[in-house]
Amino acid sequence: MGGLQKKKYESGSATNYISRNKARKKLSLSLADFRRLCILKGIYPHEPKHKKKVNKGSTAQRTFYLLKDIRFLMHEPIVGKFREYKIFVRKLRKAYGKAEWGTAEKLRGNKPGYKLDHIIKERYPTFIDALRDVDDALSMCFLFSTFPRTGKCHVQTIELCRRLSVEWMNYIITLRSLRKVFLSIKGIYYQAEVLGQIITWLVPYQFAHDHPTDVDYRVMATFTELYTTLLGFINFRLYQTLNLVYPPKLDGKGEEESRAESEEDYAMDSERYMEVLLHLFCHSRFSHPCFGSLQEKLFEGLKFFLNREVPRESLAFVLRCFGAQVSWDKSLCIGSTYDVTDETITHHVVDRPSLEKQYINRYYVQPQWVYDCVNARMLLPVEDYFVGVTLPPHLSPFVEEKEGDYVPPEKLKLLALQKGERPEQEEEEEEEDNDDSEEEEDEDQSDDEDELKGMEEKCRVCRPIVLFQASSVKVTPGEAKPVNRQRAEQEAKAEEKRLAVMMMKKRDKYLYDKIMFGKKRSVREANKMSAKRKALDEASKANKKKKLKK
Amino acid sequence: RRPNHDSTDECPKRKPKKKQNVSADGENQEEKVTSGSDSGLRVSSQVDEYEQDTSDEEDIRNTVGNIPMEWYKDYPHIGYDLDGKKIFKPIRNKDELDEFLDKMENPDYWRTIHDKMTGTDVCLSDEQVDLVHRLQQGKFGDVNFNEYEPAIDFFSNEVMIHPVTNRPADKRSFIPSLIEKEKVGKLVHAIKMGWIKPRRPKETAPQYYDLWAKEDPNAILGRHKMHIPAPKMRLPGHEESYNPPPEYLLTDEERQVWEQQDPDERKLSFLPQKYLSLRAVPAFSRFIQERFERCLDLYLCPRQRKMRVNVNPEDLIPKLPRPRDLQPFPTLQSLVYHGHSSLIRSISISPSGQWLVSGSDDCTVRFWEVCTTRCLKTMEVGGPVKSVAWNPAPSISLVAVSYGENVILVNPGLGDRLICSATDQLISSYEEPEEVKDQQVQWAVPEGKAQEQGQRLILTHPKAVKQVSWHGRGDYLACVMPDDGSSLQVVIHQVSRRRTQNPFHRNKGAVQCVSFHPSRPYFLVATQRYVRVYNLIKQELTKKLMANCKWISSMAVHPGGDNVICGSYDCRLAWFDLDLSTKPYKVLRHHKKALRGVAYHKHYPLFASGSDDGTVIVCHGMVYNVTACFCFSSLALSHISFYSVREWCVSIFSPQLFGLIDVYIANHIYSNLGCIVTITLPTLSSSQVRKASSSFALTLHCPKL
Repeated sequence: MGGLQKKKYESGSATNYISRNKARKKLSLSLADFRRLCILKGIYPHEPKHKKKVNKGSTAQRTFYLLKDIRFLMHEPIVGKFREYKIFVRKLRKAYGKAEWGTAEKLRGNKPGYKLDHIIKERYPTFIDALRDVDDALSMCFLFSTFPRTGKCHVQTIELCRRLSVEWMNYIITLRSLRKVFLSIKGIYYQAEVLGQIITWLVPYQFAHDHPTDVDYRVMATFTELYTTLLGFINFRLYQTLNLVYPPKLDGKGEEESRAESEEDYAMDSERYMEVLLHLFCHSRFSHPCFGSLQEKLFEGLKFFLNREVPRESLAFVLRCFGAQVSWDKSLCIGSTYDVTDETITHHVVDRPSLEKQYINRYYVQPQWVYDCVNARMLLPVEDYFVGVTLPPHLSPFVEEKEGDYVPPEKLKLLALQKGERPEQEEEEEEEDNDDSEEEEDEDQSDDEDELKGMEEKCRVCRPIVLFQASSVKVTPGEAKPVNRQRAEQEAKAEEKRLAVMMMKKRDKYLYDKIMFGKKRSVREANKMSAKRKALDEASKANKKKKLKK
Repeated sequence: RRPNHDSTDECPKRKPKKKQNVSADGENQEEKVTSGSDSGLRVSSQVDEYEQDTSDEEDIRNTVGNIPMEWYKDYPHIGYDLDGKKIFKPIRNKDELDEFLDKMENPDYWRTIHDKMTGTDVCLSDEQVDLVHRLQQGKFGDVNFNEYEPAIDFFSNEVMIHPVTNRPADKRSFIPSLIEKEKVGKLVHAIKMGWIKPRRPKETAPQYYDLWAKEDPNAILGRHKMHIPAPKMRLPGHEESYNPPPEYLLTDEERQVWEQQDPDERKLSFLPQKYLSLRAVPAFSRFIQERFERCLDLYLCPRQRKMRVNVNPEDLIPKLPRPRDLQPFPTLQSLVYHGHSSLIRSISISPSGQWLVSGSDDCTVRFWEVCTTRCLKTMEVGGPVKSVAWNPAPSISLVAVSYGENVILVNPGLGDRLICSATDQLISSYEEPEEVKDQQVQWAVPEGKAQEQGQRLILTHPKAVKQVSWHGRGDYLACVMPDDGSSLQVVIHQVSRRRTQNPFHRNKGAVQCVSFHPSRPYFLVATQRYVRVYNLIKQELTKKLMANCKWISSMAVHPGGDNVICGSYDCRLAWFDLDLSTKPYKVLRHHKKALRGVAYHKHYPLFASGSDDGTVIVCHGMVYNVTACFCFSSLALSHISFYSVREWCVSIFSPQLFGLIDVYIANHIYSNLGCIVTITLPTLSSSQVRKASSSFALTLHCPKL
């Protein structure tokens, strides 16, 4: 006994966390600077296990950071740079206000800057760590590279993003490590495997953005700052692993040279730079035959020509990743290698309802064919993708159906094709399969009904006997009922399970109920989908018949 | 106009410039021209000191100055000459006609101008006309003037021997400036103090380099122990495709639902759409927002490590022995006792196991033969029967029946006649004691018809009796009269001495049920929340069992005497081990609704519980685990009881609504004997009953009938 009484909230989890405002005050930073620092250093709030304890008894909503994280931020040299920059801005404003142009110029010459190298190294101690986290960086860079070069963010940033993304694509082409592509309504998803890491990124379609008003571009810019640094270092390292020089030389001229043109024809220069960049990735001069398995040589030996209405950049990227030769109209963009009239072209990618002048010795396909082939890892029959034909659905390659999930029939067809079965036979089989599975499902659903039916049957059996017996008590030899052994066994098992479930502990029961609820829901959804599909198919069949009759 | 000439020579410029300016407007021009020409004339006639001075261009013929000459319009004179004499206007009156004639006839009319100052007409000479023409063309007045003379570079790089000016140098040109010195001093000071930094040299290091050149795979900062990496973006499903399978598109109803939902509640953040070709796909309008939201998630969203439960639900199910291995236990419905026309409240089995007694709301007590389901005897009593209990002593044939405030002891006269007569004798051999105590319960001997029916004693209580319970030896009978406010809730009768005692003097809550301990002198009283165990010899409270439930409904004591089970209205069944603790050894919650009755089997480790959800669950309870063996459903159970007299027969009686008693028995013993007989039973007229009974198989597996 004895000793001092323990005070509340002076030890334990209450001291491990710190609220955002307190953290900000501790670092003596403005909210904007704190936000920037958190983004750059990758500090995020933590959800404490016992919120009330941490919040000192209050239940008010508050975000908490780990105290250790904040202490860690205190040693960050970049915090000093932030302060320097703030002072610089103040001085500059003063100089402008006093119209002291000389001072202003001098100040601008000494504009403080900072580098993020050490932060990258610290956040990603190994290269693999960095690669693991490159998804968001890529998506962001690809988005920023599509921004118009007016307002919103610095032109240099846009150009840097563009350069980095093109370099990345170049690397992917060289290594042929693209795995999956998906055309969604949001943009194009690419998935590549780099050094064993699966990396997915999203590229918007090539359209002008209508910039939303509810987006804070400063936050985005801070992220981009970090991401460009990260991506630059990653690119450097990746190029190094291929024994390539980084940054890659453009058109014989070094990148530095091309950038160091006079500032007068700046706009033209930057545009030319973009085009040259494009050229780089359109004609990667390095080919590594050692890389690339059979699947990666999917389009090897095929010669493609892209019509002007198809998304050229995306298609060229994908096709080159799988070893095809690509060209386009000379007037469209630099980098075209052969003309439409080339006799050796095997595939002509067209995205218009009809084409006037067609050559005999090539296939005219819609762009979806290329993407579907990549996802299926085989050359699909081109007939479904001819010009003007209604396209088959484009399926997501990222979905991996588990048991019990709904699988669209197109996917089943594709799986069969991959196994090497013929599509016609497969269709029939598939239908049968479908029927079977549906029947099974029906059975599952109608278990209760069956029970009811059984009872009814029993009633039928009983009633006449009962009526017959009403007059006098008699003993008659019973009829031996045929027993379905399997069924009985199943029922017995089900009953056994039911009883066991009944004897579960409360905690386990809760979890079990939750899991079973989820399972039932997924089954319900799958059933709903298949029913919907069935109805749609029937409707379309009826339509076809009508048309035929007409 | 050549600006370079402006700077080089000023002198020739002045006159022509003025003249050019003048030439812009009409009337003045002529005037000046005349004055210019006049000055030329004057030079010839008068030579004066002002010959070179061109600044004075005052007209000396008329001294009125530069005034509008209209002022002299009405005077005969037009001004004054230098001597102050009037200058008279020439005498002429030219009207319009004269003017016209002059214009027509005079060949020099075009070069004749009217001099307003003198009022005379002047005819211009050829040179003068020429001059006017030149000025009008914007040329210099002097014909010989060369506009393009070579410029003489006056301030040239050549050092002349003479200075441009002879002005002596300023003092400040040879004394160093104090202000400048001050300024420089300040700058030097600032540089010394480090306030002014020299311009930084441009960085030459490359922007990117091999950052991970010296990477240490084990270098993980301390901070990273707590690091929770952000989850990756969800990968898109089929519904996000630009050309999804048709079933992924929303129907109109689904779309409406989607639109009405809150954006946070939506399962899909976008509407799936189908485009016929890639060309038709527009830009996604929320692209930047989504990326921004991802950014926000990355740095603002609190992260927490969540253990994802990755369990196979089958693993959660406890591994219990298979019920088949735990046999015998009742599995089949084999007998139904028809006869009662209302709810059966209570049943009891004779110690010999041959007879069954049941009491019902239809104010009758029926005696049945167990094996044949034959109703041997029906006895009407004066109210709905609440409880029946067969005397457990095999040498006594007595049944206690409670209805209303009465408890009657009935000798059913079934079975061994000797026993019956012995019982009758036992009761009639009672002698009134000499001192009659005033008792709270009146003992009466029925007469007439009641006597013939078998009623032997009638005990009239002050309150309604809910439950009767015999002591194992068959002499004592406990009755429960639940009443929250009174101390008289339980009475114990001694049948042989017709004596009644109230064991408790204080109210400890509403008593639900009581029971005698089968082997020890204990008396168990269940109130709402507790079961109290009293020692009857020492007359003290031995134990108080906490049932952990809200309201106990029923209680059963194991024949071994160590275990007690309690059913409660809040769906729980508490199992106590009296040796272990006063807390339940196990609480089972396998019923969905309130429990009405619980029962123990005498020999096998079985117990059963009947509930309002219409099920009876038979459990095999050993100390290491409890296994539910069998569960069957029936309607509105009130009281259940195990039939455990004969070793080979394990059965459970469950009285039902509308006067049916179902008997479930273990079938494997019978099936071993291999005799199957179908028996049929008379049915009730009520359609509900038929529905209830017809759903069961009416097959009895029985060795002999």
